[in-house]
Amino acid sequence: MKWEPVIGIEVHVELETASKMFCGCAVDFEAEPNTNVCPVCLGLPGALPVPNRKAIEWITKIGLAFNCSISERSQFHRKNYFYSDQPKNYQISQFDVPVCHDGWLDVMVDGVTSRIRINRAHMEEDTGKSIHVGDSGRIHSATETLLNFNRAGVPLVEIVSEADIRSAAQARAYAQDLRTVVAALGVSDAKLEEGSIRFDANVSIRPVGTEPFGTKVEVKNMNSFRSLERAVDYEIHRQESVLKSGGIIHQETRHWDEGEGVTHSMRSKEGSSDYRYFPEPDLLPIEVTDEWRDAIAATLPEMPAARVLRYVALGADADSAASLAGSAALATLFESAVEAGAPGNVAANWLTGEVTAWSRRESLDVAESALTGEHVRDLAAMVAANSLSSTAAKEVLGYVLAGEGGPVEVATAHDLVQISDSGALEEAVDEVIADNEEQFARLVGGEDKLIGFFVGLVMRVTGGKADPRAVTEIIRSRIG
Amino acid sequence: MTELSQLTLVEAAAALRAGDCTSVALTESVLDRASLTEASVHAYLTIDRLGALAAAEASDRRIADEKPIGLLDGLPIALKDNMMTKGIETTASSKILSGYIPPYDGTVVRRLREAGAVFVGKTNLDEFAMGSSTENSAYGPTRNPWNLDTVPGGSSGGSAAAVAAGSALAALGSDTGGSIRQPAALCGLVGTKPTYGLVSRYGLIAFASSLDQIGPLTRSVQDAAILYEAIAGHDPHDATSFPGPAPSGTERLGAGVEGLRVGVVNELSADGIDDEVVAAFRATVDRLEKAGAEIVELSLPSTATALSAYYLIAPAECSANLARFDGVRYGLRVAGSTVDEMMSLTRAEGFGSEVIRRILLGTYALSAGYYDAFYGQAQRVRTLIIQEFARAYEQVDVLVSPTAPAPAFELGAKTQDPLSMYMQDICTIPSNLSGHPAMSVPVGLSASGLPIGFQVMAPALGETVMFQVASAIEALSDDIGRPVLEVVAS
Repeated sequence: MKWEPVIGIEVHVELETASKMFCGCAVDFEAEPNTNVCPVCLGLPGALPVPNRKAIEWITKIGLAFNCSISERSQFHRKNYFYSDQPKNYQISQFDVPVCHDGWLDVMVDGVTSRIRINRAHMEEDTGKSIHVGDSGRIHSATETLLNFNRAGVPLVEIVSEADIRSAAQARAYAQDLRTVVAALGVSDAKLEEGSIRFDANVSIRPVGTEPFGTKVEVKNMNSFRSLERAVDYEIHRQESVLKSGGIIHQETRHWDEGEGVTHSMRSKEGSSDYRYFPEPDLLPIEVTDEWRDAIAATLPEMPAARVLRYVALGADADSAASLAGSAALATLFESAVEAGAPGNVAANWLTGEVTAWSRRESLDVAESALTGEHVRDLAAMVAANSLSSTAAKEVLGYVLAGEGGPVEVATAHDLVQISDSGALEEAVDEVIADNEEQFARLVGGEDKLIGFFVGLVMRVTGGKADPRAVTEIIRSRIG
Repeated sequence: MTELSQLTLVEAAAALRAGDCTSVALTESVLDRASLTEASVHAYLTIDRLGALAAAEASDRRIADEKPIGLLDGLPIALKDNMMTKGIETTASSKILSGYIPPYDGTVVRRLREAGAVFVGKTNLDEFAMGSSTENSAYGPTRNPWNLDTVPGGSSGGSAAAVAAGSALAALGSDTGGSIRQPAALCGLVGTKPTYGLVSRYGLIAFASSLDQIGPLTRSVQDAAILYEAIAGHDPHDATSFPGPAPSGTERLGAGVEGLRVGVVNELSADGIDDEVVAAFRATVDRLEKAGAEIVELSLPSTATALSAYYLIAPAECSANLARFDGVRYGLRVAGSTVDEMMSLTRAEGFGSEVIRRILLGTYALSAGYYDAFYGQAQRVRTLIIQEFARAYEQVDVLVSPTAPAPAFELGAKTQDPLSMYMQDICTIPSNLSGHPAMSVPVGLSASGLPIGFQVMAPALGETVMFQVASAIEALSDDIGRPVLEVVAS
């Protein structure tokens, strides 16, 4: 039997608002433990939540970016469960009426575009963090648990896809594209490694051609796109082999172990938790009027997919355009270079090639370099005019990135400008011919390999700054 | 001159202005009174003698400089122990919060502090405000100063007993199903529950968030109106706080009832109500009619289901509100071998039986498969009640009923029978479900000398007419005086 995977992704995005979701405490993860806390986010007796309007604005922005409908009136609910890093032992979340619903995101894998429907995006608050202290650092052998409530109450947006994803590669593409969009909105730093964006996958399989879903397993703890793809792929194969050997899939949560490359059972969801959702009586419904929604829509930046298309139109190839659109710093440089007059294809190649390589090598963000769009334009122009060899151009770029100055200035200072002025080169060629009459006669006589000898001499005379192609042409013109 | 501890707020403020007494003298008089009565009444869990005297001295300096902050400046007031008071132990009468010192003042406490009020201490209550007799306190019951064998009502029984006994001039309570009005009735006081949202709940330990409301327990309607005005008003810390200005409490005091339409709610005024209470109620209605009010007998059938709806909604909300008491961050902690076990043991040890009963009821009512039949249905009933009251207020200005079904009962009489205890709130609960304001005014004494209360209910934001009618009733009723309390110096 052939099996087909059915995958849905749940994404948690921490919003980078100045203050928390329901109180005035700062959102700041670098702070000393338990310093950004107050009666509200510590769940002290008598404290009450007041919603952060910015967070509502930002989730609306996220919803609009994913083509969602925005609820005019949505409702907060209490999700009840006991956990020591959850101060109130209920999480303020949303249940039947989320802020955003019924959107989609198109993703492309191997040249095929698929529309992944988004069921909803709802507003909730994050929990604190537990630090298990013990021999192994694992929960089971921990002797003490330390609690840090700086994260408690940070605004969290949960984006839930429909089970429209059909492969591990598609799951990865969805997650990557979603992250790119969220990052472009400027509402979260969206860093997987820091947990400011977190992906969980619901995976089941069914015989190809059948409708009903199989039993789903929730896979957690993937901290890179690669591990998301590996974990989903592993889980698909695990479920296949269980079913092939006559076993059954249990509804459960499984933990991805990056080192071992396997998923482990975390907890059974049989007799699944009953969160006893009920409308949060401390909060009024969230109202997003048409006017407010439209005002928020007007602030939406260009979405990455649209930007890629625009960059292709400016001359970048598809891969470079995607890379440029995925990095704010590169995108800014590309646009200013093109605006300054650089050809799009050349600017794209420099930025996605040498500039990106420099950034990796130096572990520095391109935005931290001295490079400007005008520099990229000048560099491209010098190469086009043969004033720089391609090797010299790379060297010049390095000096520019390091902050030594603009390409013209730097190339002159380091004596890298090549002589392509034909008058000066002709003078040099004639001088060399005059000094080596015998060899020139042999060249004219048909000993063609001697042309290299003459080019070499001209290069020596010009101190290596001559353009060898131009020199060759002049020598040939003298042979007649 | 009357004993200082027996003055109304208005009388005491006048005496302060006239230089007939000082805030320190007023404060000492209620503290002295407490030292005589507390051994038998037990109205307080904490008396902040030093803090109160310091505040009184500061107030006296302002008054001497002729710069009093306002009418409440220098007046000794008691606070129910479910309101956050910075630096002063606050337990809600629960063992689980034993020793808990709040790091902040609730909004209402802050407002009164800023108005110059002197806080005598924190008063006893049924644990987490769950009860109608103040017997469900982990720190022992409070007794009714009118008869020490009887209860003061609850859950704000400590606040009511303090004001009745003279150990505070006035007090704040909280009312979720009648917890201000019923103890006011049983202790011969004026007890007021304002419109939901007019008084901030920030800093009030939540019992049932959609029902809880803070309000005053006072010796006169005028005191009630003044204290209400001092605590009402928008608070940005409470998202359910009414955004507009609070209606006036004092504007129509003494304006009579000529031409007002007063609705008698049949369902709340006969069945299950003690004969003496019905008689006092009817006598008061007659007086209102003689004073020029138009009496309209009307029926609100949905009120028959109010108690059932309340005992699903309030426990459901409390099951979540009380989840935070887990031993992790503050309060009692009973050690366990795992975090889950620690939480379970802490809660089993820290909560009393009535609290546990309500948490279990609420957890059940919210459970998957039961939600619609219980919590969902209760919310539908609540909507019906709101609609029915709204229609009634198209015909009348205020509604009236007895406050409590009977005068104070003896300690222990209902502790084994939760349902008969729950019936204490049969007349008061509908206004909590509808969110409308309601208050109790004393209208007489029973044959055995126990106070009887009369309830005035008004539409949302109808405080002005409610206080107007209450002040008329107060004027038309015989003064029941103050309880004669046998006291022994402790």
